[in-house]
Amino acid sequence: MIIGIPRESHAGETRVAATPQTVGQLIKLGYSVVVESGAGDASSFTDTAYVEAGAEIGGPWAADVVLKVNAPSDVEIAALKDKATLVSLISPALNPELVEKLSTRPITVMAMDAVPRISRAQSLDVLSSMANIAGYRAVVESAHAFGRFFTGQVTAAGKVPPAKVLVVGAGVAGLAAIGAAGSMGAIVLATDPRPEVADQVKSLGGEYLAVDPAGASEKAEVSTTGYAKEMGDDYKAREAALYAEQAKDVDIIITTALIPGRPAPRIITAEMVASMKSGSVIVDMAAANGGNVEGTVKDQAIVTDNGVTIIGYTDLAGRLPATASQLYGTNLVNLLKLLTPEKDGQLTLDWDDIVQRSVTVVRDGETTWPPPAVQVSAAPAAAVAAPVEPKPAKQPMSPQRRLGITFAVAAVLFLLIAMSPAALQVHLTVFALAIVIGYYVIGHVHHALHTPLMSVTNAISGIIVVGALLQIGHGDAIVTGLATVATLLASINVFGGFAVTRRMLAMFSRS
Amino acid sequence: MFTLETTATAAYVVAALLFILALAGLSKHETSRQGNTFGMAGMAVALIATIALALARHIEPLGVGLLAGAMAIGAAIGLWRARVVEMTGMPELIALLHSFVGLAAVLVGWNGYLHVEGDPLKYTAGSEAAVLDGQGLLGIHSAEVFIGVFIGAVTFTGSIVANLKLSARIKSTPLMLPGKNFLNVGALVVFIALTVWFVISPQLWLLIAVTALALLLGWHLVASIGGGDMPVVVSMLNSYSGWAAAASGFLLSNDLLIVTGALVGSSGAYLSYIMCKAMNRSFISVIAGGFGIEAGPADDKDYGEHREITAEGAAELLESASSVIITPGYGMAVAQAQYGVADLTRKLRARGVDVRFGIHPVAGRLPGHMNVLLAEAKVPYDIVLEMDEINDDFDNTSVVLVIGANDTVNPAASEDPSSPIAGMPVLTVWNADNVIVFKRSMASGYAGVQNPLFFRENTQMLFGDAKDRVDAINAALSEAAHAGN
Repeated sequence: MIIGIPRESHAGETRVAATPQTVGQLIKLGYSVVVESGAGDASSFTDTAYVEAGAEIGGPWAADVVLKVNAPSDVEIAALKDKATLVSLISPALNPELVEKLSTRPITVMAMDAVPRISRAQSLDVLSSMANIAGYRAVVESAHAFGRFFTGQVTAAGKVPPAKVLVVGAGVAGLAAIGAAGSMGAIVLATDPRPEVADQVKSLGGEYLAVDPAGASEKAEVSTTGYAKEMGDDYKAREAALYAEQAKDVDIIITTALIPGRPAPRIITAEMVASMKSGSVIVDMAAANGGNVEGTVKDQAIVTDNGVTIIGYTDLAGRLPATASQLYGTNLVNLLKLLTPEKDGQLTLDWDDIVQRSVTVVRDGETTWPPPAVQVSAAPAAAVAAPVEPKPAKQPMSPQRRLGITFAVAAVLFLLIAMSPAALQVHLTVFALAIVIGYYVIGHVHHALHTPLMSVTNAISGIIVVGALLQIGHGDAIVTGLATVATLLASINVFGGFAVTRRMLAMFSRS
Repeated sequence: MFTLETTATAAYVVAALLFILALAGLSKHETSRQGNTFGMAGMAVALIATIALALARHIEPLGVGLLAGAMAIGAAIGLWRARVVEMTGMPELIALLHSFVGLAAVLVGWNGYLHVEGDPLKYTAGSEAAVLDGQGLLGIHSAEVFIGVFIGAVTFTGSIVANLKLSARIKSTPLMLPGKNFLNVGALVVFIALTVWFVISPQLWLLIAVTALALLLGWHLVASIGGGDMPVVVSMLNSYSGWAAAASGFLLSNDLLIVTGALVGSSGAYLSYIMCKAMNRSFISVIAGGFGIEAGPADDKDYGEHREITAEGAAELLESASSVIITPGYGMAVAQAQYGVADLTRKLRARGVDVRFGIHPVAGRLPGHMNVLLAEAKVPYDIVLEMDEINDDFDNTSVVLVIGANDTVNPAASEDPSSPIAGMPVLTVWNADNVIVFKRSMASGYAGVQNPLFFRENTQMLFGDAKDRVDAINAALSEAAHAGN
């Protein structure tokens, strides 16, 4: 089958649905790929690069499968051939009339933004991959608008303090922002209603701010949708207090609180913005859905009266077109891998597969939206809450107990040795001291040499041959016979043990 | 002034010291070969002194012939086995050598009995028995015979079973006799009772009975321990073989044997201790066997889905990595992938990638086995590190390759207190940026515990035979190198 990659018609769109690299992967799945001339220009992928990767330059609309970034325009819907499959971002929940329009054609349509949030589908989750890029870009935008260093420095001309960045919401975008801001040297604080993200924040070098520790004992917020939930009123009041306090202190605020299909929660009020220092920057990543910040203007950067810049760009991911195209293209390749199990270039839809079912909004001209609900596996922790008594931790021995045991053992040994005849006592002395020496000597043996150690001890325990040798040849035939066998066996040990140790040690070499 | 006896004693002291130096030499790679030489020198000194002593004690001409013949044949067999043994077969060889020491100790013990208590002329004046009796030591001698034979026989059959299990000639699943702990403890009780009896009245049938009892006990002890616990078993048998030698030393009043036996015995005990700690098991529970049965509750927890990667993808990832840690398990040796891994290591190092190995103490079938296997494949030993040395470095590592290991890299051990392997120290590979797991299938490891590592976001699975996969990565890397030039 042929895959078509059109040039995006939406004004301001910089991304493209396939890069030369993903074209190569599509071809490996058995497809042939046709790319519209200039499709990759805005992402700096030339036509030549596509041709080198194995694609043809031509008209993409005659293809069996069309991969796009944005939802198709009316003209594009009409241009699709019958029985074709279209894969792009659709937002079916927000655009019912678009779904309606699509279902008038005998085509199949898959929405990349309808991928269920289950672990298996993570590799095709466009929202995550775009949110990651957007989070990074949000930091870059804020740094651009911010008149100072992010990192603290001590220079000959004086000391520069590091910038303080507050990231609201530690989802995919928030974590990307924490990582990016942290690696630029800023002090990063982060908030999120889900306490379980604290570790992730910390692992990226950020500091997690819990909303009022008093409330932390409340039932932990474990989400079943994979997104943070909207919170109760009491919580909101405490949260507002926290943000009011932080707003006065931090230089940059990046808000990422967005619940799909709903207006964004208002988190930073006008008063908080007014309390910020002049020159501070806010990036509102939820601007598309109304914004987390009072005063955000969609797709614009504005400056408030007190000198705070509020950035409301909604195309943050598109501002890194090459990376965004690459990740989006890889998401598409992963979807097609799922749809092409035989790698024979034939697209087959498995209606029983929950992922394939969920993304399909129109099937052969029939609306199949919305799909049945999917229970996500974002929070496996909930299932383990069953009563599991932790194994009792081993108590380290107290010094008194250790002393007691040592004395007890010493007393027993004392009695045993005191009872034994003098001739035996000499041997017992030697024996006891040899054990102690052995323990300390072996304790120093390098772990890597434990196998040679065992073979060397094999060899030296062949010393038992000494006993056998003296028993040979003193009259009794049975004794001589047994001693001869013992000598033979012990000799195997002595010679074999040393020889194999030598061989092994010769193998160890330095670089 | 110089009698043969004092010379021999002096030689034995020197030999004992040389043996201690031999073990001390193994503390570092640089001195290890020197250590082995010390060991050989010590053995030569002891053998020459003993042969001189035997000759001076008017050994019969036939005896000389037998002595020389037995040593020559033994030497030939030993050298031959040492030359041809595969490094993957080291555990079997070491177990077999333990059994020889055990059997030799049994034979020496029997001879001790036949020479003293069993001597038909023992009531005549001047016989050894009469001399010992006069000193009040005959009872001690009898006890020494008995104990020596018992330890030796347990070591012998135990090692034979270990050898058979390790060489897969019998199944490595634990034998489950009803009341097996009772059997073991019962055998010990019977042994003590028989010892007392034998000391009071040394009779041949008692010695036969204890030999049979010990042979059965040794067989049962090891047969009821599963294949995965073999590193502990082999080091435990190493220890037993030492105690058997020491017991013979007491019997023969030979301090060299006592010292050597004590050294070997404490060495084996120490190794067993390290192994048990590394598996988070108590020594008693390993000896009692039966880890395999508590395979944990049926695990229906949803771990999510794993992700796959191709050999080409892995090669790409490795190429762009700045540091790589390889954590091999016994699966690597089974697939004979160590040569491919060594080749991969060389290729990556040539490109300036920092490659190191992280070895879990129980990787392999013997303590330190993996190090020998890697050394044989010519991996320099200074990049092969222990778990404790490398565990903190995973944070700054781009890619970890897990080859043929499973339980030793299981995050459940440190994170899930309900896991059957909870508390076992593991390599914290999941802290690295990327983890690639080489595996045949999604089956669980020896402990029967599912491994959440496979479902982590930074983990990718590379399915197939480890050797084939590693070779494919090598091929992809070579191709990339050609394309790059």
